[in-house]
Amino acid sequence: MSRIHTPDTIQKGEALPPEIEALVKASRKRKGDTSSARKTPYAFLWTIFLSLISVIYIIPILLVVLNSFKKKIWISKAPFSLPSAETFVGMENYSKGIEKIGFISAFGNSVVITVGSVAAIILCTSMCGWYITRVNSFLTKCLYYLCVFSMIVPFQMVMFTLAKTSDRLKLGNPIGIIVVYLGFGAGLAVFMFCGFAKSIPIEIEEAAMIDGCNPVQTYFQVVMPILKPTCISVAILEAMWIWNDYLLPSLVLDKTKYKTIPIAIQYLKGGYGSVDMGAMMAMLVLAIVPIIIFYLICQKYIIEGVVSGAVKG
Amino acid sequence: MNKKVLRPYFPLFALPTFIAFIIGFIVPFGLGIYLSFCKFTTVNDAKWVGFQNFKDMFKDPEFIHALWYTALFAAVSVVTINIFGFAIAMLLTKGIRGTNLFRTVFFMPNLIGGIVLGYIWQLIINGVLAKFGYTLTYSEWYGFWGMVILMNWQQIGYVMIIYIAGIQNVPGELLEAARIDGATNGQVLRKVILPMVMPSITICTFITLTNSFKLYDQNLALTNGLPSNRSELLALNIYNTFYGRTGYEGIGQAKAVVFFLIVGVIAVTQLILTHRKEVQQ
Repeated sequence: MSRIHTPDTIQKGEALPPEIEALVKASRKRKGDTSSARKTPYAFLWTIFLSLISVIYIIPILLVVLNSFKKKIWISKAPFSLPSAETFVGMENYSKGIEKIGFISAFGNSVVITVGSVAAIILCTSMCGWYITRVNSFLTKCLYYLCVFSMIVPFQMVMFTLAKTSDRLKLGNPIGIIVVYLGFGAGLAVFMFCGFAKSIPIEIEEAAMIDGCNPVQTYFQVVMPILKPTCISVAILEAMWIWNDYLLPSLVLDKTKYKTIPIAIQYLKGGYGSVDMGAMMAMLVLAIVPIIIFYLICQKYIIEGVVSGAVKG
Repeated sequence: MNKKVLRPYFPLFALPTFIAFIIGFIVPFGLGIYLSFCKFTTVNDAKWVGFQNFKDMFKDPEFIHALWYTALFAAVSVVTINIFGFAIAMLLTKGIRGTNLFRTVFFMPNLIGGIVLGYIWQLIINGVLAKFGYTLTYSEWYGFWGMVILMNWQQIGYVMIIYIAGIQNVPGELLEAARIDGATNGQVLRKVILPMVMPSITICTFITLTNSFKLYDQNLALTNGLPSNRSELLALNIYNTFYGRTGYEGIGQAKAVVFFLIVGVIAVTQLILTHRKEVQQ
């Protein structure tokens, strides 16, 4: 498809040869407008408006951070005031909270479970997805449709029986729960990998085979590198789900021995109503910080992953 | 890769996923369907009772309450989230200064887990209500609006991202043509942009709809059903039926089947709608 480049048809961010880029800029200057200024006459007012909303958006998180430094009785009494000399307690809430719920081990468990499950899901379901698309037999078709079907089943449907099954199979530890996550998370992952594997030209794989690769070599040296973008999307989606998941691990894990971060936070609440709000705020901060750091580093992949998951799922 | 060469490799390529899938989904699902027709406390002592659980379920006033409370909650959240999300997406596609920063901020709450979100908003809403001498658990409607606000905070960024992708796909020539023909901004929005982003609207509506129906963590952390299970959404009601009272496991499983059917109908409707749209284009 050939397309005539005029200043108006060229989108921002489109890669162009430098000489054309210069021409476009010159032309836009001559007209005395940039695309943004032309479309929105009150651009700076909108910027101010959106800045205000952004501040409102961040306030909840800031409030939690502020309150995590206050003495616990002041948190419910005056949640919106800044910590003063009277109410400030330094890192006391943090040290108490970490001790109370065993935050360090909960964090460790969350990391092991999330990383282990995501790695298992990526490796197993990408192989499975490719196998399903290429073999295309009755059995693989059944597996594929079962996976698609499992995507619409809410967790409450299998909650009780899944807990019983995993209990029977002794999967109530951070390694065993990886099997449960692989099983329950397989639906979306297999679906996405199948969708992408279909678009890989079969000639590439045939060429590898003629060069003497067996299917295992073909998969790891040819197919998997091509599937990499999908791997990243799937990894992000599954990681977000598993890291934040509360109900599944709370039913499957042996809670006296292993807690994940959401379970540990819910555990603070206890059964008897009185909550140590100071420790709660501190633990909320510790739960949010890793996520925000991860988000700011991998923002591009996260947003892409979420969009591809939404559009396909 | 040739079919015949690859086929014998089933144990290596597909079997691990297959086994995990049987453990994590097929067995629990099949067992779940079976147990919904049984009376049981553990899986071993199940006794077939036919449709009795389904009949008893609708005699439970809390379940009926949870049903319409959830439906109302889902309706309000879907409308508010999509309107705000779309409005922000419109603003963020105008090339305003700071667009990237705003997008980053608005999307952030989406990554925070439900339990954490619930406690964050419990602090804030209780803080505000305390000024008037109330708490979040004073009435079911405080919990209701609390969850609506929470869901908006969490999901606006998510639908915004999808809407931005949709709006950016509207061809510039089309907008230009409409303007040349003298269309006002409102007309461009209604007659050009909205029809063009219809697929995104369908996707976002259904994602927010299923998310609202399946909401559990946020409900548990924010109100835990208080006052006296009046602010219970369906998922929490099912959980409490299972683990809150002994002897009601069968009814809990029957509720779970009904819950699955509701979510399933929503998902299938989405599938049909998006498919029809694809054919038209």
